[in-house]
Amino acid sequence: MNSPETPRLTRDDVAHVANLARLTLTDDELDAFTGQLADVLDHAADLEALDLDGVAPMANPFPLVNVLRTDTPVDHDVRDEVLAAAPSIEDEQFRVPPVLGEAP
Amino acid sequence: MSDGMGERVSDAIVPGWEVVIGLEVHAELATATKLFSTARNEFGGDPNTNVDPVSLGLPGSLPVLNEKAVELAIRVGLALDCEIGRSVFARKNYFYPDMPKDFQISQYELPINGRGHLELPDGRTVGIERAHLEEDTGKSTHVGGGGRIHEAGHSLVDYNRAGVPLIEIVGAPDLRGPEDARAYVAELRAILVAIGASDGKMEEGSMRVDCNVSVRREGAAEFGTRCEIKNINSLRSLGRAIEYEARRQVDLIEAGEAVQQQTRHWNEDEGRTHTLRSKEEAYDYRYFPEPDLVPVDPSDEWIDEIRATLPALPRERRHRLAEAAGVDTAAAALTVERGMDDLAVDAIAAGADAARVLVHVDNNLADGAGRLTADAFAALVAMEVGGDLTATQAKTVLADLVASGGDPAAHAATHGFEAMDTGELESLVDRLIADHPDDWAGFVGGDDKERKKKSGFFVGQVMKATQGQADGRIVNELLERRAAGG
Repeated sequence: MNSPETPRLTRDDVAHVANLARLTLTDDELDAFTGQLADVLDHAADLEALDLDGVAPMANPFPLVNVLRTDTPVDHDVRDEVLAAAPSIEDEQFRVPPVLGEAP
Repeated sequence: MSDGMGERVSDAIVPGWEVVIGLEVHAELATATKLFSTARNEFGGDPNTNVDPVSLGLPGSLPVLNEKAVELAIRVGLALDCEIGRSVFARKNYFYPDMPKDFQISQYELPINGRGHLELPDGRTVGIERAHLEEDTGKSTHVGGGGRIHEAGHSLVDYNRAGVPLIEIVGAPDLRGPEDARAYVAELRAILVAIGASDGKMEEGSMRVDCNVSVRREGAAEFGTRCEIKNINSLRSLGRAIEYEARRQVDLIEAGEAVQQQTRHWNEDEGRTHTLRSKEEAYDYRYFPEPDLVPVDPSDEWIDEIRATLPALPRERRHRLAEAAGVDTAAAALTVERGMDDLAVDAIAAGADAARVLVHVDNNLADGAGRLTADAFAALVAMEVGGDLTATQAKTVLADLVASGGDPAAHAATHGFEAMDTGELESLVDRLIADHPDDWAGFVGGDDKERKKKSGFFVGQVMKATQGQADGRIVNELLERRAAGG
């Protein structure tokens, strides 16, 4: 299905995605995952054999829309519990290491 | 790109260059709870009090969509004439401590509101590309280094805001200068407040503006490379940031360099923008459909129900007043902005002179109409136009009507305001002309400046002699008539 000259997924692609996910992979792991992920993509590529003109992309496997709740507040009162579970807190807030740059 | 904007000459910041601006406005929706959980949506609470497992992104927690947030988003879509349809939530993946799940739930390929437009007070329209739902992030405070991000020792995170519903309104690149941008944001805010979707408070961060700016040589067909400016906290900052950024880009191009597409941060104190992110990879958000939420597909019946509850929008109110008063929509804008258009329209309908009504509303009713009724207002304007009250006296009576209501004639009588007989006024003017021959010569023979000065002198003398009872406009008419030999 996949011609060897234009692989569906390269080792660089996997390294890029791993970096975005903040994962440090060894060379052996990169090789292994490149092969495994390529197999997953090949499996999904079976769909290309089907005529899908006029078939809308599926956003969710359940045939449901508009699952909504009313806008009624609940007092959860969980602050002390969740702060107690945090590695570091200060002034009732979560204390985190210095962050480089702005949120994207 | 859209209908009316092309005809206009831009207010050039740098001659020969055109600035192209597209704004992304985030507004917090006025719900009681968060977008996907029942924790309160409330500004200013103690840190981390309005949190729950969903807004903290705890394992096993699942989002459930807030019906009210969807309704408010549809209200925004209706007010901006957007196409409203089936929408799908998506995960926007990035790592930042203010986003505890390590992704933000937003809408990507299928937003709830598609293309629409907004009408500015002067009648021009600005395209809206989309207006989608997403959740807000928590709030980080950078400690140490004077609050500057780069030098901070550590950061503190409050998740009260995490998960608060936002509508992100993406405008088309139809704006051509700081004035356009400010007018657009002001109009958008007026709409959001009018329909009850948001309180629109920029100072509390419930309305935030990101600004895409590019420059091109005048007449160029292609857009230049744009930069996105964040951290704009007021309409004033918006104008300043656009001017700074446009000049920076023109300088770069004229020096033979290229503008890099990047996100820049507006620094209000330094009055400049600077770049914060360098890694190109940071833009790769790997959006994919949110598996924990099903699509939203509002029925036509629901949309119609919501439409039926919309109030008159600012643009409709401007058109109504403009038509009633025989002016253009720009001239009706201030009255509508102040919420005095119902009074003005009713007073005009009761027979009042439209021009006088607008003058009073825009200049003399800044603190509201109080107990003034449309009928009393119309009666007052009739007395003024009929010459029974001078402009100054009318203003005094108007203040009485605002404070205590009632009938303008009664208030005028209380003040002893009586119409001066025109014959009496004429003989007074003639006597003053005879008493001040040099001043009169100056009025008749002087240049514009001198003439103006002398007319001021004569009007002042008349006012003194009549204790302010005379109508300055009529005195000026008399002076003109005498000068012309009449």
